[in-house]
Amino acid sequence: MSGVDVAGRTGHRRLAVGQVAGDRRRAWPWPRVTLTALAAAACLVPFLLEPYRVFQLTMVLVHGIALLGLNLLVGHGGRVSLGHGAFLAVGAYGSAIMTTSLGVPYPLTLPVCALVTFGAGLALGRPALRLSGPYLAVVTFAVAVVVPLVIKRFGAVTGGSMGLSTPVPVAPSWTGLADDQWLYLLVLAVAVGAFAVARNLVESRAGRALAAGRENPAAAEVLGVRLDSHRTLAFGWSAMYAGVAGTLYAWVVGFVSPDSFTVTLSVVLLAAVVVGGPGSLLGPLLGGAFITFVPAVAQRAGDALPGIVSGVLIVVVVCFAPTGLAGLLRMAAGAVTRRTGRG
Amino acid sequence: MGDLLLQVVQGLSLGAVYAALALALVLVHRFNGIVNFAQGELAMLSTYVAWQLLEAGLPFWAVLPITLAVSVAAGALVERVVIRRVEDGGELACVAVTVGLMVLVNAAAGLVWSFAVRSFPNPFPAVLSFGSAQSGFSALGVLGVVAVMMLLLHLFFRHTGAGLIMRAVVADPVAARLSGIRVGRVLSLGWGVAAGVGAIAGILVAPLLFLEPNMMGGVLVYAFAAAVLGGFHDPVTTVAAGLAIGVAETLAGTYVEVVGADLKVAVPLLVIVAVLSLRRGRAGVRRTG
Repeated sequence: MSGVDVAGRTGHRRLAVGQVAGDRRRAWPWPRVTLTALAAAACLVPFLLEPYRVFQLTMVLVHGIALLGLNLLVGHGGRVSLGHGAFLAVGAYGSAIMTTSLGVPYPLTLPVCALVTFGAGLALGRPALRLSGPYLAVVTFAVAVVVPLVIKRFGAVTGGSMGLSTPVPVAPSWTGLADDQWLYLLVLAVAVGAFAVARNLVESRAGRALAAGRENPAAAEVLGVRLDSHRTLAFGWSAMYAGVAGTLYAWVVGFVSPDSFTVTLSVVLLAAVVVGGPGSLLGPLLGGAFITFVPAVAQRAGDALPGIVSGVLIVVVVCFAPTGLAGLLRMAAGAVTRRTGRG
Repeated sequence: MGDLLLQVVQGLSLGAVYAALALALVLVHRFNGIVNFAQGELAMLSTYVAWQLLEAGLPFWAVLPITLAVSVAAGALVERVVIRRVEDGGELACVAVTVGLMVLVNAAAGLVWSFAVRSFPNPFPAVLSFGSAQSGFSALGVLGVVAVMMLLLHLFFRHTGAGLIMRAVVADPVAARLSGIRVGRVLSLGWGVAAGVGAIAGILVAPLLFLEPNMMGGVLVYAFAAAVLGGFHDPVTTVAAGLAIGVAETLAGTYVEVVGADLKVAVPLLVIVAVLSLRRGRAGVRRTG
């Protein structure tokens, strides 16, 4: 298993930072300075770049939020879900239907969709998580296949395969911002909140229980950890993150259709968790960049290329860098630290 | 009544295809405990190989063995080159790598043969070509081919030396290695056999579904349902489940108003969920970790 069983695998030698998932050792000596610089950069970006780039970065954040949730389940909980595209669809369609048919103001749709997908996640998670890994993957895969068909089927509400257009949030006039900048900052605020919550979750009692269940389920249960309930909650949380990301997606793109939430999306989400780095907080952000930029770049060279590039990247990362891009980054940071003698 | 009979026969022939792909999934799972999400795409690739050979003017019954040989080699190669590296890496790595292969093979087929929909010639002679009876005839042909394939598999695993060695590896890889069996090669061969079985499923289903890179997506879901019913373990239950799902899907799609043609794929989902939640405790279903 991928884990911190360093002693078991390599005798007494300690592995370098970044070689195993869940490694908490400090790899970078200036975390606060770096974080502040990153925050400042993130806030300044929409004023420096052209609108299309701002849109892309917004999508990185949206995907990042979905991956953050999936990572709670996959990276920290060690359970594989291939169905998170379905929760994105629920969030996006929930928001779209509420704003168009019911006339609900858009900020209200976010908490409502979050609650709905949290409930849906709990409801699906309770039976599903009793299954061992491959079965869970199969069940969630089936959910991901069915949800777009159901959306098409109930065309009266969902617009069928034509999709639904939703009003894009307009920047309030007192801010003096362009719409895309307003959206970016809105999504950034949600993303910061999502990251803070995820970080606290992972380092809380529930997070440690999840990690214990991933590393050694039998030992964890003997120690009194209720794995089923912790995993169900994690599934609920991860579904909620996906739902929030779906809602933001509907805001940002202004259009939802069944074709945006096919099984491919679910597959790509899981792949992005693996490529970004399962079990790390930085991983989802890198994964979000992977989802957003790889197709955009590869598309120029042909229809089939995004699939080929993503497929090859997934296989190569799993085979040669199981801790993902985040792990590689940690390794690099660790190397810098050793060089400068600050570790 | 004749209509119902025809629906059942067609359901059975679809079911036979699901059963074949499910059997491939079960084979792979028994050999190295992996649920192979790329199985459907490998079958699709084999079908394209067969189509290419047919286009080159070879007769169908010459194309079949060539395609099978290519598929077995490809399956073994995938196991040797990719799967061998991640086998011990845990569940996430295994699922992720087969999912990666699925994406890769799908896109590669799209690159080579484009995403255009092509028709695949029906290998069975349309002797009784008056109206609906012709489809009934080719459905019987599909059933026959799958039955022969299963008989051959049974004979191979039960009555040949190679089959015995492969069963030994499934039963206990460590003991098999200690008695001098090259476990790695056997696992490669296992993937090869699974890919061959999948190739037959692909070639049989292609005339019904039309050939395109995404053709096996739906079939894979049905095959998963059948494999789950068989606990990813028991070939007989798996085949029976595949046939039953084929019939259930066809009948539900035709006669149950709510389901209709577009929600047919929800039938196996319900089957999977129902079986998994009802049958807890049976071997393979509840294995923590």
